[in-house]
Amino acid sequence: MAMLSFERKYRVRGGTLVGGDLFDFWVGPFYCGFFGVTTAFFSAVGIAMILWGAANGPTWNVWQINIAPPDLSYGLAFAPLMEGGLWQIITVCALGAFVSWALREVEICRKLGIGYHVPIAFGVAIFAYFSLVVIRPLLLGAWGHGFPYGIMSHLDWVSNTGYQYLHFHYNPAHMIAVSFFFTTVLALALHGSLVLSATNPKKGEPVKTAEHENTFFRDTIGYSIGTLGIHRLGLFLALSAAFWSAICIIISGPFWTRGWPEWWNWWLNLPIWA
Amino acid sequence: MNPTIRRSAALLLTGALALLAGCERPPVDTVQRGYRGLGMIELSNPRIAQQTIADNQSPEATPPMPAGGPPASAVFKNVQVLNDLSVAEFTRVMVAMTNWVSPDQGCAYCHAAGEDLASDSLYTKVVARRMLVMTRHINSDWKTHVADTGVTCYTCHRGKPVPANVWFRNPGPSAAARAGNHAGQNTPAPQVGLTSLPYDPFGPFLDQANEIRVVSTSALPTNNYHSTKQTEWTYALMMNMSQALGVNCTFCHNTRSFASWDASTPQRETAWYGIRMVRDLNKDYLDPLGPTLPPIRHGPLGDGPKVDCATCHNGVYKPLYGVSLLKDYPALAAPAPAPAAAAPVAGVQPITVATLTLVKVYFATGRTELPGDAAAALDALAKAHPGQQLVISGYHDAQGGAAQNEELAKQRAMAVRDQLRQAGIGDQRIVLMKPEQAQGGGGGDNPEARRVEVSLK
Repeated sequence: MAMLSFERKYRVRGGTLVGGDLFDFWVGPFYCGFFGVTTAFFSAVGIAMILWGAANGPTWNVWQINIAPPDLSYGLAFAPLMEGGLWQIITVCALGAFVSWALREVEICRKLGIGYHVPIAFGVAIFAYFSLVVIRPLLLGAWGHGFPYGIMSHLDWVSNTGYQYLHFHYNPAHMIAVSFFFTTVLALALHGSLVLSATNPKKGEPVKTAEHENTFFRDTIGYSIGTLGIHRLGLFLALSAAFWSAICIIISGPFWTRGWPEWWNWWLNLPIWA
Repeated sequence: MNPTIRRSAALLLTGALALLAGCERPPVDTVQRGYRGLGMIELSNPRIAQQTIADNQSPEATPPMPAGGPPASAVFKNVQVLNDLSVAEFTRVMVAMTNWVSPDQGCAYCHAAGEDLASDSLYTKVVARRMLVMTRHINSDWKTHVADTGVTCYTCHRGKPVPANVWFRNPGPSAAARAGNHAGQNTPAPQVGLTSLPYDPFGPFLDQANEIRVVSTSALPTNNYHSTKQTEWTYALMMNMSQALGVNCTFCHNTRSFASWDASTPQRETAWYGIRMVRDLNKDYLDPLGPTLPPIRHGPLGDGPKVDCATCHNGVYKPLYGVSLLKDYPALAAPAPAPAAAAPVAGVQPITVATLTLVKVYFATGRTELPGDAAAALDALAKAHPGQQLVISGYHDAQGGAAQNEELAKQRAMAVRDQLRQAGIGDQRIVLMKPEQAQGGGGGDNPEARRVEVSLK
């Protein structure tokens, strides 16, 4: 792939976390780095394990392939490969690949001398996955509490795990997470439409500026968060959504074993009306 | 750290702590109830369970009395239910009932002080007698739900004259207390797990027999006219049952399809019979007792107390954790003198002679084994009609695939044929006839549908 004329000046050496100059090169447009190698390694092993599991399973139907975690009876120990051991290896590979990818992003940030916002944001997504397959299983005392790897099977897990608490919509952290997800969508829609409206005036008019955008919101709701602020807000909303999703599943089980509706008893018992 | 960040951090931490304040803590106990990774798991907090376990211990049974001696009816007057017992055993049961139901009030709770023991002057005695009949009915006719564990007075009463968990017809919150029409829901009612779901799950499903199933039977919900409200009503009942048994939804269901029987646990079938049993008890035993009871025992609408799942279960998946007190008091297991009409269960039910059908054998869901009492009934049938040809037709219910069902109906018919052969009926006297409509009627898993009919040619 051809390199754009100005790209070369950003392709500087250094900034690596480990390995010095060893993997400090590009493959076409892609930066390699030590963590590029580990990403590729963990991805390849993980995918190979999934394929091996599928080959030993009952189906090649891509919707139905299911690599399930071990039985609860194995607790936090290793399980035989075909009885959940594969799931354990794949989980290690997935986390290895995700973390490698985040660290590769860190190296690129360091080369460019920019902040670590992107790897931190990706880190929150990794944290959400880590919560599901490591933190919650550890707190509950068995790897079998992780979700299975399969398109349909993980949905069955989500459904059943929700119904373990009778009505998951009453989970307070789930409420917060869902609100953040919707607010993220709202903010992105407002931001996207605002930018497009400023850059698409009627025929013959000049493209408008950020001040027009600010004025639109000041006129509408009395306040504009500003061009930089909207991105801070967007990042906050999106990360909060993922963070509270992680919280809502960590507390389900380790910190609450009954139906979530019952949790709200404290609210019903507040002295102001009880 | 600048003050704003410090203040926000402190606020966040307080918020997180506040969230946890209403919570429990690890370690918790978990039980896997489905394939690994399916998420069908029961959770419990051992620190809470400790109390539940302590509250649900079965009392010790007193040692049985030696057999023999005169029957109770020869010694006592007005013994209407337990008249087949020896005097010693009868007295033992009476003492046990006092300990189970009215330990504080003693014998005088039912037998008016200073009156003859035979006197029926107290309403409590009339009720107790009816409850004895009901207990025998449950233990002999509802084995599909209570199995051989059975129930005794203690299962519900737990040392109290009125069991802790009963229900009355529900007039709803008074209009004065709350503005607006809540349409039977949106008040966080304890009987539906403090949700906004319809607050009376009892009347429609455990008194009346409204359809609980609202889910469509086809991929696209064509012709399914159940409303959201009806769906929530079903959800309300399920909430109540979860609470009553101290289990979550996955105890009975794989929630990928609540309706599908082949993905459900065996407990769902027990629960299915349980719902029918509770309806039967409310209709034939509890509700009719209302007028016998004094007003103090009535609900806001003047009806008597009725039972639901929690009445026996008291928050435990098996009442008293499955300890059978009944085996020490076989008097309570005897068949009810006049069995009330029950929903057909796996078993044999003779039918009227007006039709040519001689016997119907009912099967459990998906099974082809003859129910326990079928062999004797079929033997008797063979003897009763010497020399005549018997026609056997198998039926299946509406759930499951057509081919599988046809095979099921055929296998059931053949199971009956094999039994008749064993009873000494030659092949020339047996005709296997495939019915024109092998789906035995009713919707879904109607137990009446899972039958084999034997008729005369």
